[in-house]
Amino acid sequence: MARKLPRKDVVIIGLGWTGSLLANELTDAGLDVVAIERGPWRDTATDFSPAQSPDELRYAIRLDLFQRPAQETYTIRHNAQQTALPIRQFGAFLPGTGVGGAGAHWNGHTWRFNETDFRLRSHLTSRYGADAIPEDMSIQDWAVSYDDLEPFYDAFEKIAGISGKAGNLRGQIQEGGNPFESPRQNEYPLPPLKDNYSNELFAQAARSMGYKPFSRPCSNASQTYTNPLGVTMGPCTYCGFCERFGCGNYSKGSPQTCVLPVLMRKSNFEARTNSEVLKILKHPSGERASGVLYVDASGETFEQPADIVLVCPFGLHSVRLLLLSGIGTPYDPVTGEGTVGKNFAYQTSGSARLFFEGKHFNPFIAAGGFAQCIDEFNGDNFDHGGLGFVGGACIATSNTHGRPISSSQIVPPGTPQWGSGWKKQLADTYQNSMLVSGQGSSYSYRDCYLDLDPTYTDRFGRPLLRMTFDWKDNERKMTKFIAEKCVEIGKTMGAKTIAASTSTENPFSVVPYQTTHTTGGAIIGDSPKNSVVNRYMQSWDLHNVFVMGASAFPQNPGYNPTGTVAALALWASHAIRTQYLQQNGPLVRS
Amino acid sequence: MKHLSFPQLHKAVYTLGLLAGVLTTSSSAIAADDAYFETLQKGLYLTRAADCQACHTAPGGIPFAGGLNIKTPFGTMISPNLTPDVETGIGGWSDQQFLMAVKHGIRPNGRKIYPALPYNYYTKVTDEDALAIKAYLNSLQPVRNPVVANQLPFPFSIRYVVTGWNMFYFTPGDFKPNQNKSEEWNRGAYLVDGLGHCGACHTPRSILGGETSAYLQGTEIEGFTAPNITSDKRVGLGDWSVDDIVQYLKTGRNHITAATGPMAEVVNLSTQHLTDADLKAMAVYLKDLPGGGDKAPIPLAATDSVMKAGQAIYIDNCSACHASNGAGAYPIFPSLKGNAIVQSKSTATLRHVVLNGAKSAVTDTAPTAPAMPAYNWKLNDDQIAAVLTYIRNSWGNAAAPVSASEVKDTRSSLAVSH
Repeated sequence: MARKLPRKDVVIIGLGWTGSLLANELTDAGLDVVAIERGPWRDTATDFSPAQSPDELRYAIRLDLFQRPAQETYTIRHNAQQTALPIRQFGAFLPGTGVGGAGAHWNGHTWRFNETDFRLRSHLTSRYGADAIPEDMSIQDWAVSYDDLEPFYDAFEKIAGISGKAGNLRGQIQEGGNPFESPRQNEYPLPPLKDNYSNELFAQAARSMGYKPFSRPCSNASQTYTNPLGVTMGPCTYCGFCERFGCGNYSKGSPQTCVLPVLMRKSNFEARTNSEVLKILKHPSGERASGVLYVDASGETFEQPADIVLVCPFGLHSVRLLLLSGIGTPYDPVTGEGTVGKNFAYQTSGSARLFFEGKHFNPFIAAGGFAQCIDEFNGDNFDHGGLGFVGGACIATSNTHGRPISSSQIVPPGTPQWGSGWKKQLADTYQNSMLVSGQGSSYSYRDCYLDLDPTYTDRFGRPLLRMTFDWKDNERKMTKFIAEKCVEIGKTMGAKTIAASTSTENPFSVVPYQTTHTTGGAIIGDSPKNSVVNRYMQSWDLHNVFVMGASAFPQNPGYNPTGTVAALALWASHAIRTQYLQQNGPLVRS
Repeated sequence: MKHLSFPQLHKAVYTLGLLAGVLTTSSSAIAADDAYFETLQKGLYLTRAADCQACHTAPGGIPFAGGLNIKTPFGTMISPNLTPDVETGIGGWSDQQFLMAVKHGIRPNGRKIYPALPYNYYTKVTDEDALAIKAYLNSLQPVRNPVVANQLPFPFSIRYVVTGWNMFYFTPGDFKPNQNKSEEWNRGAYLVDGLGHCGACHTPRSILGGETSAYLQGTEIEGFTAPNITSDKRVGLGDWSVDDIVQYLKTGRNHITAATGPMAEVVNLSTQHLTDADLKAMAVYLKDLPGGGDKAPIPLAATDSVMKAGQAIYIDNCSACHASNGAGAYPIFPSLKGNAIVQSKSTATLRHVVLNGAKSAVTDTAPTAPAMPAYNWKLNDDQIAAVLTYIRNSWGNAAAPVSASEVKDTRSSLAVSH
């Protein structure tokens, strides 16, 4: 029997980026907020000290900060004819756990989506005709526009201390920025990181090919910075321990670096760690949730009543929690009915590994988002007429790290696999190799979805989430096209050997790391028939439940998700404060 | 779900309360109420300026309920309960009894108070201010917490020894303004010498625990350096502007340094709450105090083998935050270059923070509270001595080298205190 706790105004499930941003805003509005976080407490001083955090074996190989499959995993199959099996070791994507969530150990790429991304189906239909969209492709418009989100993108960029150069300032194209970005009201709060040699080489080649290279906007602070909440970030040291690591230098935007120092001082906020929400509880009225049921580290279960339930874990967990709690109708790929689990998508890549001679790239000078990019082949920035696919990718250098264990995997084709020949080549390659890579869109399909597994359960006996997913022809063609563009740039840069590859050549595999950008399953839309949440991220079914995260993306564009995830959270927070608190109920009439 | 609309709810309650007040309270009662409120506000401010909470609160305990172990060179004292509980706190004290205790070190029962209570400073506080503090303390929730303050060993356990101490070191009497100085200077002196009792930590002590004449010229406290806070240019505040001092006391940091250790607590509980005008007054006064005038030694040569080793350790372990030129990154990472505490005669803070790490002050205006990691597991005594010697003699700094045996002593004492 669960122990019933005193009511709170707001219960937040998961204390990562969205949870901490919302907690901060709603405590400012005077509400009493509790966050329930599955993993441990983590802060920069205690857990990410610079004397200990650059430990590749512990964090990058043994994945110290990540979710363990024993805590929660997923089953996977390529299509509905197969029987799904559980992932027993995470590889392709790495869900986070603990305070800060994935925001603690991300790289920091912080993009805005293009305004056409938010009205993808109508845009592609009007430009190329309905026939250009494959029949089984289930892409949708978002029900929220770029203009709606612009102020909230801006707010997040200021909170997280994003380094970058505007490319489109209120409609004026800016030299050195991304000319394809949708208009922004303000410059980035910090200038771009300083380029290294591989970035300069890439930018030079790109310019000579007529492209407009720019520095990738990222949450790696190029200078000391104090954000609007009063929290200070230190300048990035280009140490190359971002992704999979906590930042010990207070340089990478994260809940720890940007929000928690302020949030944790508030008397109307409480964080309960090592506590996992089992279920969102429905009120007998059927119109709202009454709170959540959770279990703490000792195994005791509690009922936490609350007036607002904010679902803020990693997107896959949000979808599973909705399914386990019986909120909304599960998606049925055969009939197309139901919405929860619909439009699961991922991210693609096409890339070229370049091998040079006589260079000194010094790849250890690195940072998570540190890159030069071109956006000519992303989204619908180029004419897809006659190409036979839609979507695209941002093509960029990759300077995330030069760490020894991972770098030892990189040698040119034809190198001996062991012994002195391998050693000699590895030593040479370390300074002479770089990657040009396009991280691309992954559009959604009717038969790619999430539901509850009929066989496998977690340690509490709850069904695991089942992923049914594989690559489609559209994405294969697109990534091949992108890889070819990467090769062309590599040739212009003077690479001696080039190894091209795409992530879509073989059926989707959970083994090699790709990205942790799983999207969809609790998507945003203009009607309860086609979506789980309305334009304010509010559940169509229970009006006091708001579901944050990339689970809301109807499909995944060719940009990293965090900027948009955060902007959506701040947009939803604004709607809660200015509309929902005044009149509790559905903010959009269905 | 109407009960959710907090702004309206709050407003409604407020309006009701206001109406009730108008209906039931006479105007003179309101005026008296206003005066009482102002006294409490003043009392809260002065209680913070006097930093009563720091000593009169046990770790994790109720503020002002006492129970903190205070280590003195003569043994341990436990801080008494200042809440208005009649039996175990100060609830039964008259105004006169409070003034005698705070300003003269004499309890209501006539016994002497050990000078762990800095009555030798508080004696300068006006009766009006001291009684405002009492009014504030009396407004707190009474907490029953009996404390036996005196835990001292013989012969210090005999309170009579305090009489002797008082003969040497205690000059009772209110603050006397210096007519040759500005009003601001005098306000600063009142705060620094009286309520702030800065000298309790920053003035070197005699063997009997009394103040020496080297007023505020720096010493050690609780294993940390309490630096010189006079106008001394090298190891004091001589190179700090008035604004630098105000900023330090307000936020816990400035472009030169950051508060850590006991001073972080002082900033957190006390100085961050003071008005800019009062902080400026303190700064003006401190900058007018004479320093010790010690000459800088000739810095060790960069080619010295210890300096070279120190530099290598510094680059690997320290430069990511403090920068290779020692300038740090204001306002998050303190500068080491030109930092008085780096060049002080006492290296206690340096040894302490490198071995154990440190967290800088957390304040309303600077909530980040960045921390430095501990290196006790990573660097040995020789390595720590070398890197400290390096930072004390680089970028224009000059100070005596640090020996491995000093580091070893600190390592042992920190190991014991844990």
